[in-house]
Amino acid sequence: MTDSKYFTTTKKGEIFELKAELNSDKKEKKKEAVKKVIASMTVGKDVSALFPDVVNCMQTDNLELKKLVYLYLMNYAKSQPDMAIMAVNTFVKDCEDPNPLIRALAVRTMGCIRVDKITEYLCEPLRKCLKDEDPYVRKTAAVCVAKLHDINAQLVEDQGFLDTLKDLISDSNPMVVANAVAALSEIAESHPNSNLLDLNPQSINKLLTALNECTEWGQIFILDCLANYTPRDDRESQSICERVTPRLSHANSAVVLSAVKVLMKFMEMLPKDLDYYGTLLKKLAPPLVTLLSAEPELQYVALRNINLIVQKRPEILKHEMKVFFVKYNDPIYVKLEKLDIMIRLASQANIAQVLAELKEYATEVDVDFVRKAVRAIGRCAIKVEQSAERCVSTLLDLIQTKVNYVVQEAIVVIKDIFRKYPNKYESVIATLCENLDSLDEPEARAAMIWIVGEYAERIDNADELLESFLEGFHDESTQVQLQLLTAIVKLFLKKPTETQELVQQVLSLATQDSDNPDLRDRGYIYWRLLSTDPVAAKEVVLAEKPLISEETDLIEPTLLEELICHIGTLASVYHKPPSAFVEGSRGVMHKRLPARTGSGEGTECPDVGNAAGGSAPEAAPSIIPSQGDLLGDLLNLDLAPPTTTGPTPSTSGMQMGGMDLLGGGLDSLVGTMGAGFGAAPTVMPASLNAPVGGGLGDLFDLGGGVGMPMGAYIPPKTVWLPAMKAKGLEISGTFARRAGVIQMELVLTNKAMSVMTDFAIQFNRNSFGLAPAGPLQVLTPLGPNQTIEVSLPLSTVGPVMKMDPLNNLQVAVKNNIDVFYFSCQYPISMLFVEDGKMERQVFLATWKDIPNDNESQFQIQDCHLNSEAASNKLQGSNIFTIAKRTVEGQDMLYMSIKLSNGIWVLAELKVQAGNPNYTISLKCRAPEVSQCVFQCYEAVLKN
Amino acid sequence: MIGGLFIYNHKGEVLISRVYRDDIGRNAVDAFRVNVIHARQQVRSPVTNIARTSFFHVKRSNIWLAAVTKQNVNAAMVFEFLYKMCDVMAAYFGKVSEENIKNNFVLIYELLDEILDFGYPQNSETGALKTFITQQGIKGQTKEEQSQITSQVTGQIGWRREGIKYRRNELFLDVLESVNLLMSPQGQVLSAHVSGRVVMKSYLSGMPECKFGMNDKIVIDKAGKGGVTDEVGKSDLGGGGSTSGKQSIAIDDCTFNQCVRLSKFDSERSISFIPPDGEYELMRYRTTKDIILPFRVIPLVREVGRTKLEVKVVIKSNFKPSLLAQKIEVRIPTPLNTSGVQVICMKGKAKYKASENAIVWKIKRMAGMKESQISAEIELLPTNDKKKWARPPISMNFEVPFAPSGLKVRYLKVFESKLNYSDHDVVKWVRYIGRSGIYETRC
Repeated sequence: MTDSKYFTTTKKGEIFELKAELNSDKKEKKKEAVKKVIASMTVGKDVSALFPDVVNCMQTDNLELKKLVYLYLMNYAKSQPDMAIMAVNTFVKDCEDPNPLIRALAVRTMGCIRVDKITEYLCEPLRKCLKDEDPYVRKTAAVCVAKLHDINAQLVEDQGFLDTLKDLISDSNPMVVANAVAALSEIAESHPNSNLLDLNPQSINKLLTALNECTEWGQIFILDCLANYTPRDDRESQSICERVTPRLSHANSAVVLSAVKVLMKFMEMLPKDLDYYGTLLKKLAPPLVTLLSAEPELQYVALRNINLIVQKRPEILKHEMKVFFVKYNDPIYVKLEKLDIMIRLASQANIAQVLAELKEYATEVDVDFVRKAVRAIGRCAIKVEQSAERCVSTLLDLIQTKVNYVVQEAIVVIKDIFRKYPNKYESVIATLCENLDSLDEPEARAAMIWIVGEYAERIDNADELLESFLEGFHDESTQVQLQLLTAIVKLFLKKPTETQELVQQVLSLATQDSDNPDLRDRGYIYWRLLSTDPVAAKEVVLAEKPLISEETDLIEPTLLEELICHIGTLASVYHKPPSAFVEGSRGVMHKRLPARTGSGEGTECPDVGNAAGGSAPEAAPSIIPSQGDLLGDLLNLDLAPPTTTGPTPSTSGMQMGGMDLLGGGLDSLVGTMGAGFGAAPTVMPASLNAPVGGGLGDLFDLGGGVGMPMGAYIPPKTVWLPAMKAKGLEISGTFARRAGVIQMELVLTNKAMSVMTDFAIQFNRNSFGLAPAGPLQVLTPLGPNQTIEVSLPLSTVGPVMKMDPLNNLQVAVKNNIDVFYFSCQYPISMLFVEDGKMERQVFLATWKDIPNDNESQFQIQDCHLNSEAASNKLQGSNIFTIAKRTVEGQDMLYMSIKLSNGIWVLAELKVQAGNPNYTISLKCRAPEVSQCVFQCYEAVLKN
Repeated sequence: MIGGLFIYNHKGEVLISRVYRDDIGRNAVDAFRVNVIHARQQVRSPVTNIARTSFFHVKRSNIWLAAVTKQNVNAAMVFEFLYKMCDVMAAYFGKVSEENIKNNFVLIYELLDEILDFGYPQNSETGALKTFITQQGIKGQTKEEQSQITSQVTGQIGWRREGIKYRRNELFLDVLESVNLLMSPQGQVLSAHVSGRVVMKSYLSGMPECKFGMNDKIVIDKAGKGGVTDEVGKSDLGGGGSTSGKQSIAIDDCTFNQCVRLSKFDSERSISFIPPDGEYELMRYRTTKDIILPFRVIPLVREVGRTKLEVKVVIKSNFKPSLLAQKIEVRIPTPLNTSGVQVICMKGKAKYKASENAIVWKIKRMAGMKESQISAEIELLPTNDKKKWARPPISMNFEVPFAPSGLKVRYLKVFESKLNYSDHDVVKWVRYIGRSGIYETRC
């Protein structure tokens, strides 16, 4: 008989029988009984009633039996805490056993028993085991500290286990090091601000040494930990990269991906003109390609990560298109991911190959895959202009297949192609119209209706076509209804004579018979526009639409940066930050890429934002809102209509006046909408992506059109070190940002009787890593009563430590007499970098993404600038106005700021004409900077 | 980290359930069953998020292995671990099947306790595990034996135990390659690559230090420049049979078993290691340049009217005449409306398989530099299907006794300083097998 028999007992009275067997004298019978108990436990039966009997079996020298009892204990101790105490003695005794395997087993199991009373007894044995002579026991004890911390964090800190754990990082055994690193990393995650994993060049060196010697799993722990380190300069970064690259040849894909993560992150710091940078880029491609020959599940993980890597650094894989071609036997999840990457890599050079492949895929069997392939053809057309014609003819071929979902998908993408290349492919409209009847999905119907409305003048029977949709108007989805409404109004404006009846019909359907407020509102707007000023209606409804761009689904740059820091993990698989799917405090800390540093001189300013943007910046003005809810976001922000974007309150007054012209009875309905209402005519469902951009484009242009920026704000010089305190040396100074370089401007005055020489300066660690980028240039000796002005360029790559207040800087100045210390506060505005202008879309998404808890509001009093002047003034200090709108005489300015360490601060400034008090709301992922930023606003605006 | 690990049978019944973390409750077991196993085809990703809990799964025949977590774990590591878990189970009790799992559930729990601690994978080399997880208990060990076990489990060479002894020291080295090709009807290579594996079986005493050398272009070029050629001459193992006189090959990328010292490979490009005992995969590699394509397929398809196709296919073998290719199979796809086929072939046997929509032509053996031909007449049923037949590519299968990448083993040296056997005493066997991967010619 084998062990499988234990799974088959189902009779009644089983528990009772088991109890008897457990208490049997015969060892064999006992063991059999425990096995049965474990089998029952596995299938989910409650065998907790047997607790005392099972625990009684614990004292045995049969290791197999012991392990089974331990297994039982781990499962049920929590439900029987008092009984569990019975086991403590045995554990403590086992921790002293001469056999290291038993010592380790005891400490491993004890850590899994989550009963407070037991944890108290655990401390002493654990302390011993952490210093055990046997590495097997030590590596087990290291993990046990993490277990204990999970149960009772305070206890671990009080007992000093964290320090012991830190010591284990220097252990002679690589596996002990790896487990200690894993445990510390986990504990550090729940204390985001602790300096627990005190990573410095020495400890990094130890880790890199252990990396060569430990198991594959240990290598993963160490690499994942390394990825959290920020090297001090590019040289350190390069030397770590050099020691990590051999891991790219490991057979374990997780080791490879974790190594890729470290390299991708540290590469940020390397100057691009460095030879090594190019070498590294070349080294990354082959292992990534090799990952695609792993098992399918791993291929999936790899592909999700490659998707990120391709967005961040397209150059790595640009020549590897072929490896992403779909194989017949790939599982569907691999196929879909490959398709995504193919589109990202598509370029003029390889488009022919890509299209040939996509055409093949469009004839496959899996519906999702086919749809995605069809959509991909459309995206190729939009991305690579030269291929558009071929793409369109391919799509037409596909429409000829008459396969329902292929046709619908093709129509949706053709609509986008029309948008991108107006007046080029409209000849295919006739073919599209033939398929009108077969469309049953809202998106395809809406797309088709949009096409008919947009090109009504070219379609002879446009009115008939649209009328046919009207019959079942109330059964359509909102998307289709809105589209139909707009299309018929367009048709009416183009052919007013024949379609008057039709337009009245649809307006009454939309306004009187509909419960949907969006539909009703749009209906009323059209109605009034048409009845009051048909010329204006024409201008609004038939306004020229902005072009759409190719990259529709790029991940927002700040998120992309964060995900790059999480390569290999679940976050990179989900393409979501860990905070989106991890509960509690763990993983909430946002990771970022390090800033690039110049080689020592600190002249190059950090350009993480630019690098991260990839091809996104060009796409900015006319990007297609990729998510349906983006429109919602826009409306939530209450963006003003194009007509009211004028900076003066009088325009908005006009608008209000204009509303009075609207029909009387409806005013109550409309009035509540306020100024936001005017936007309605051009608003269509976001998926049609047309006029939203139009309205916003106008609106946003304003942001770009701000006048000449003024100079950055420089606070007046203050005395930092009085002569009394420094044996006659007086130092006063201020900070300035000039052409992207932060400067500390010092005035040194010698008030002593003797000559001062040999000046030098040093900073303590500070919140933003400020450090002198060169020596203090006092070349000539400073005679008595002489004064010298020195300007010291600063870099932001020094060691970081959070200061209180945040912008506090502790400085030491040395001369031939002594060393003097003083501290000063710098305006945080000098850390605002020049590329801090966020894209508008990104701004909206980021604003929404930052939790409301991080928002803080401040009042700025007695400021007599109008909004435009304020915006100009702020821009001089690298506070960029992105958008502006006016609501009820109040100007709202939306601004972005980027700090030198890559932190973004988003601001909303409310300025009311005539009121000298401004309200400012700041949102930032690191809310602690808000106070300082506010102070800057105040300082800049009032000076 | 991994919060729990479950094993289910095909019905979704739990066979093994081991929870490592407090945040994973019993309901997670059911959530996976309901949402993934019982959902059958609808789950389209190996990673599923159900109620803020992430499930990773792999399937082995009828068995589902699922790892569960609520944290942002290293996803690649979880899958690697699940594969490893399967390997370990297979090494202990053979096939991973429901019966075997039930029969060994106590052992599996013991293994899970050892190789996953608080969700962190620990040493999972079967060589090491088998020294102390034996299902026999370990009470009879002496103190020395115990510390030897722990030092091995935690040591730098976790994959090999001390004190292995063989009467005859032997080494078997297999170079297994699969050659992939996509060729245009005109004979132009659209894409070709070789993915290869070096599989070793070592039966060596003690803790031998091995050094493996092959005709890697980078190494040879380096040696050539430095004027060091002594190792090149010593190719007592280079018994390959490629047709070209190619001296070295360019390797696109390679990965190694964890026993290989990667930093040494990175700096000196030398492959040195202490081998595991028994069979293991030493390395994998990929090449795309100068591949020897063992066969060339020349298709000729002619449509005669609307109801007839004439197909002629010539295959040419392109390697030394003294070598023999085996298990040759050519698959010629036929249209869906085929009503009848007549085939004539010079060599081997050919058959029209209606169920597979293809003519399958099999040849047992074929020497190098030969050619053979098949011609077929395909009768078609008239259809009103406007869609043209897509003409899928002609595919081929075969096995040849050489490495199509041109890879040659130059040496495999064994050093064991403590025991007194030398490199010369080790009996070494090298074999090259090239197989077809996806080997297609469009027609």
